[in-house]
Formats: sequence, C-alpha cells, structure tokens
Amino acid sequence: MPPRDAAAARETVILRHPWPVRLMHWINVLACTVLLMSGLQIFNAYPALHWGKSSYDGRPPILQMGARQDAAGNPVGFTRIFGHEFDTTGVLGMSSGVERGFPAWLTLPGHQWLAMGRRWHFFFAWVLVVNGLAYVAYALASRHLARDLVPTRADWRSIGQSVGDHLRLRHPRGEAARHYNVLQKLAYLGVIFVLFPALILMGWAMSPGLNALLPGWVDFFGGRQAARTLHFVAAWLLVGFVFIHVFEVVVSGLWNNLRAMISGRYRIAGEERRDE
Amino acid sequence: MNEPSDSRRRFLQRALAAGGALVLSGCDRLSRIEWFAGLLASAEKLTYASQRLLLTRRAMAQEFSEADLSPFFRSNGTSNPRDPAYQALAAAGFADYRLEVGGLVAHPRSYSLAELKALPSRTQITRHDCVEGWSAIGKWKGAPLARVLEAVRPLPSARYVVFFCADPMNARGQRYYESIDMEDAFHAQTLLAYALNDAPLPIRNGAPIRVRVERQLGYKMAKYVMRIAVVDRLDDIEGGRGGYWEDRGYEWYAGI
Repeated sequence: MPPRDAAAARETVILRHPWPVRLMHWINVLACTVLLMSGLQIFNAYPALHWGKSSYDGRPPILQMGARQDAAGNPVGFTRIFGHEFDTTGVLGMSSGVERGFPAWLTLPGHQWLAMGRRWHFFFAWVLVVNGLAYVAYALASRHLARDLVPTRADWRSIGQSVGDHLRLRHPRGEAARHYNVLQKLAYLGVIFVLFPALILMGWAMSPGLNALLPGWVDFFGGRQAARTLHFVAAWLLVGFVFIHVFEVVVSGLWNNLRAMISGRYRIAGEERRDE
Repeated sequence: MNEPSDSRRRFLQRALAAGGALVLSGCDRLSRIEWFAGLLASAEKLTYASQRLLLTRRAMAQEFSEADLSPFFRSNGTSNPRDPAYQALAAAGFADYRLEVGGLVAHPRSYSLAELKALPSRTQITRHDCVEGWSAIGKWKGAPLARVLEAVRPLPSARYVVFFCADPMNARGQRYYESIDMEDAFHAQTLLAYALNDAPLPIRNGAPIRVRVERQLGYKMAKYVMRIAVVDRLDDIEGGRGGYWEDRGYEWYAGI
C-alpha cells in the first residue's frame, strides 16, 4: 500500500452526532445554565433548606446561609449544614458586602430580583421540558436510544476494563471510538432518564397548583420543603455531571469532541488494534 | 518558559472573567428590555392554561392534620397596617368593620364581621407557600367566598374578583390589592378567613379578614380585605396587572 492510503486508513472522519442531537444538546446547555443561575436567585429569596412539609415545624433548617457579626463586630457570611457552621464570607451568606445566599456572579439576574429570576426560570423550564420530550421522541424514533445508548452485552462485560481506562485517562481509539463506552452510556442514561425527570418532578412538587392534582402526592418526596431540598441537591448533582462530562471532553480531545457536537464531524485517530 | 505560560494563563483568566461578565451583564440587560421580559413572562400564560386544563374546580389543595401545624404562623409583608382608619377599626375590635362587595354584581351589599361569621363556615388545615420559598401550615376558618358571591350574584360578564386592602405599601400610599379568576373564586377552599389556629385572626396575619386561595402562592392571599369588586378587566385598576406585586413584575397566576 502506498503511504498516503495508509495514512487515510489510520484517520477517518465520521458523522458523530446527527443534527437533531446537536441542536437539542445546545438548547439543553442554554436552558440548564439559565435554570441553575435563576434557581440560585430564587433560592436566595429564602436561603435555607428544610426536610418535611413546612419550614416551620419546630426543627431547624438542614442548610442555611446568612450573615452575622463576629466578636470584633465585622460582618461574616456563614453556611450552616446539619448544625455545623462554616465561615463562607465572600462566597456564601455574604458577598460584596451584602447579605445573600449565593454570590451575584452565580445568580440570574445578578442582584436580588426574585420576580425576574422566576420569569427566567419558568420560561426556560418550559424550554427544558419541550426540548427533553422532543429528544426522547427522537431517540426512540431514530433508534438513537437503542443503537447508541443502551449498553450491549459486550459493554456490560467490559465494565471493569472501562473503569480502569477512565481512571488512567485512556481513551478508546480506532473502531472502539465510534461508539460510546459503557460508563458514558450509563452516565447519559442516568442523567436523561433519572436525574432530569427527578429534577422536573421535584420542581412540580413545589407548585401549589400541581399539588392539588392528586392531593398528597408531594408526600412521596417527603413533603414540599423536602422536594425543594431534593430539587436543590439534584441541580448540584447535574452540575457534578457537567464537570465530569466537560473534563472527559477535554482530556479525550477537546476540539475533536467540540467539533463533533457543532458540525457533527469527528476524527477517529490511528487504529492501534490493541484489542485484536 | 515560565513567563509566557503565566501571561497566557493570566490572559485566559481575564478572557474567562470578561466573557462571564459579558454574559451576566447581557442577561441583566436583557431582563430590562421590555419585549424580552415580556417574552419570558409569556411562559405564565402556558403555565396558567395547562394548570387550568389539568385542575378542575373540584381539585383540592392538600389538607393536613393538627400534628402538622406550624408552632408559630409567620407573618410576612405588612404586620400592622399604618393607617389611622384601620387602627380605629382595630381598636374597637372590628365592631364597625364593613366588607363592601360590589362591582359587576346584581345585588351589591356589605357585611359586618358578625354577618360573615354567621355564614356557613369551612375549616381547613393547609400549607401556605410563600413565593420566597418557605411554607407554613395553619388551620383556617372562614366563610367560603362562593357563599358571598352567590348572595351578590355576579353578572355574566364577571371574570375576576378583586380584593382591596387596608394596608398602605409605600410612601405614595398605594394599598395592597389582589385578584383571582372565577374558577378560584368559586373553589371550595377559597375562604374569607377570620380565624387562624382556633383563635381570631391576629392583626399580623391579616385581621379581620384575609383571603385563602389554597392552590396559589401566599401573595395572592390578601390580608386586611376591606372591599371586594367583581370586574371584567384588570388593566384599569392600579398598575393594571391585577395585584400589588404583579404590578412589580410577579406573575398574576401564582399556581407555580
């Protein structure tokens, strides 16, 4: 074989993500960013979390942020979790000299403005739900779910291997790079079919209107205030997923991955065929 | 070797900070553009329509047991109206209080507190959800608004019920007001409440009469109600959006 053909064989460009997936991915990025930041704005209106049905049941909050004066008379921001207090001046409880839960650079709008925070939140909540339903419909109809996301028998067998590869930051090459690996599949399935539905359900559980749909359904989550707490926790779990996701994107080839999610084109590097 | 990577890092940090600030200030600026804020607010119509589709007039807010009662029912907003006329009423134990009910009705009339208490009553232990995020559980007793409306007979053109309150909210003397649609007005749990936790309604919680609209947020449940008007439009009242907080950007439909 001439060398040029060999080089071509080692480097293939495939269509990694079809356009509907790319489009819905970026709509989701926008919606989730707005929802997180406007959600923190809403949290700041009452920067405490409770377990149970109400906030006034004689028990202290499980998480609370606020500001107070220390012995020297200086204002400090604090965060109290399960009775343990931490000095979080500058970030939580107090930032830029103002008493507030999360700092201005994390909330939307930046300053305290609950009414506008709610507008952003509920508009993009609809965007998230409509986009999510469109994604699920597409994933089923196009067999994206069955073909790309559901782990195969071989996937399940390779789970130990995949964990090891991830820990050593070793990434699939050649033929194996054409498909998601098993941990990737499980992470995506978990986020799409567990975390997002849970987040949306906890959000609905806070709506006094939807509470009347089937009286008592909110108690399944431990009550409205528990649902608020779980909504908050689930939001940060999603942030945790995004950190891992972006980390993996960076270490497994930032530009190649990014291009695959923008134009769809994904370059598969030289086949070492270490499996064969 | 160190210098370029340091300056590159500094450049990246600055670029990130600048980019972040641009996005943030962009979003803050967007919030101040009327048509964009209006676009965001359009979600309220979708929420209202879908909740009205899902919830019939019979769909009841959850009711709780005595064991769930909050030890102290928090007061929010006005806790004692700074208004001489209201203070005079309160000093006399609301003996001279009259609730005016009028607008688009066949038989406008007024009710004394005793007359409201003489109407068939309803007692309910419900959860009060504030727009800020907290909840408190209280036991309310009052006259269903439906009984009062049946007595005054709203005209066919009636679309909203507006509550005008005694408490001045700002230096300009604008008073609190709120409004609900006829679906909520005739809902079984919508009360003109005069008792909280088996005691006369305290001033901090809205004495002598506060509204309970259990399928919406706390700010819909006006305190210190002095007058009720049945209307066919809201845009000619005060700021035109149907409530004191609505005029300041909050949703009129607060079922979410």
